[in-house]
Amino acid sequence: MLKINHISKTFNPGTVNEVVALQDVSIEIEEGSFVCVLGTNGSGKSTMLNAVAGSFIVDEGIITLDHIDITKWGEHERAKFIGRVFQNPFSGTAPNMSIQENLALAMKRGKNRGIGWGLPASLIHEFRAMVKPLNMGLEDRLENPIGKLSGGQRQALTLLMATALKPKLLLLDEHTAALDPKTAAKVIDLTQQVIMKDKLTTMMVTHSMQQAVNLGDRIVMMHKGKVAYDFRGEEKKRLKINDLLTLFDELRRKDNIDTAVASMLADNYV
Amino acid sequence: MSLLIGSTTIGLILALLALGIFISFRIFDFPDITAEGSFTFGAATAASLIVAGVNPLLASFIAFLAGMAAGAVTGIIHTRFNINPLLAGILVMTALYSVNLHVMGKSNMPLLSETTVFTWIENLSLSWSGADARTIILGWEVAVKDLWLLLFCFLVIVGFCITLWWFFKTNIGTAMRATGDNDQMIRALGVNTKLMIIVGMALSNGFIALAGAMLAQYQGFADVQMGIGMMVWGLASVIIGEAIINDNSVGFVILGAVLGSVLFRLLVAIALRWGLNPNDLKIITALFVFIALILPGLLKNKKLSFKRKANA
Repeated sequence: MLKINHISKTFNPGTVNEVVALQDVSIEIEEGSFVCVLGTNGSGKSTMLNAVAGSFIVDEGIITLDHIDITKWGEHERAKFIGRVFQNPFSGTAPNMSIQENLALAMKRGKNRGIGWGLPASLIHEFRAMVKPLNMGLEDRLENPIGKLSGGQRQALTLLMATALKPKLLLLDEHTAALDPKTAAKVIDLTQQVIMKDKLTTMMVTHSMQQAVNLGDRIVMMHKGKVAYDFRGEEKKRLKINDLLTLFDELRRKDNIDTAVASMLADNYV
Repeated sequence: MSLLIGSTTIGLILALLALGIFISFRIFDFPDITAEGSFTFGAATAASLIVAGVNPLLASFIAFLAGMAAGAVTGIIHTRFNINPLLAGILVMTALYSVNLHVMGKSNMPLLSETTVFTWIENLSLSWSGADARTIILGWEVAVKDLWLLLFCFLVIVGFCITLWWFFKTNIGTAMRATGDNDQMIRALGVNTKLMIIVGMALSNGFIALAGAMLAQYQGFADVQMGIGMMVWGLASVIIGEAIINDNSVGFVILGAVLGSVLFRLLVAIALRWGLNPNDLKIITALFVFIALILPGLLKNKKLSFKRKANA
């Protein structure tokens, strides 16, 4: 389904701000699987997601989706196959436009937008049925600007919008990180429902180990721009939060060894 | 009274300019200063074509296309080469000054002896109600001819407003509005935002050039300086419109821009009548826009400090 083949990305190469964000990362994701991507800050987990979404073009490597090479495609071209929800609840919706206009925009994801009427009456009926299960009372407020809604409501709508037309791949970038715990739980519930219903292939970046343990069928742990661990199947099912914490600790200690060894070598030989 | 009618007519013509500024500033949040050049570009193109014997309607349409081309260049400079919107506009505006001189071949081109769109309307009035016909409105005597011109401009503006409103309600128009509102979101929904900005700037400057073409025909000349200050003028109209009509939906903002343009023109006409030095017009317009821009913030602060005092 999605094949990431030896991709690398360095930001601001040759300057003091040079950051090696991805180093020779390869992952293959099967159709219908739900992958949680974990990692420390700056580990490259969001960068990997953005590389797939096309926010930037990778320096090296190839990305294919359903055997189509999308490595050089622009963000808007990939949107034909990819649905996205961002970390910032404000990023996924147009604040000054109404709920129904936002939904109408999503119903045309990756399609030609001609000079047909943007908001036909038939669609509005459909929207009412779409937002009703959210239990947020939005079905009677479809004409309100989306900017007046709370972060949780906006994130729930963004999720609906990303999946309104079934995407080949759903990318969730820490989409509950900016929400309070109660709202986050609600949005995660909704996420699970949507993914189960349409059997969506999903990559979810998260910093919550609880989410990673509870959700999905695979955990990829990133560290320093590389895939450090990759658990799937029974192995993933057996994984507990404590195991993940131990692994993170291991990674940290490895880093410490690196610097310790370096200073030891420096002391002895330089 | 005939002063009021004349001012309203010019206000309606300049409403096209306000609509153009509305597209760039409000829809795309793009401070597009190309307007100053494309306004003159439209006037110059229409004037030279009319002098060359082209049908004035066709000449106006070509002026519209010329403006679109100028706007598209600004859009391309900004999106393709990552140049700041203001600077992209300044580059095109500056270049257009030379282009305009070349188009006209001189700095001022009179149209008084030529047949323009407005000559047609005057002839229509002539055949309908005879030469120098006058009528009484609210106790004032006015030329019937002026009323015909006013009616014509009104109908033209209504037509453009409806077309523009319809356009921004279509799928592509909705995508354009979303581009200005949240470009990240609409890119994730598969819209080429760079293309939207280019098309949007083309549309905006097309309207502005048409305003220039119409004004040149109405006042009977095109001048290479006539675009100076037009962007702020259009902005003032849009701001006044938003103040009168407190509604953010596209239809009402379009209506507001037209009302704002007419009202602003009338205010200026009255101020000039009362003895305002015409040389001071631009500084007053600039001050007006400045105050209109900072006023909402000031009022908010005032309200907040008032509340704080009330709570203390």
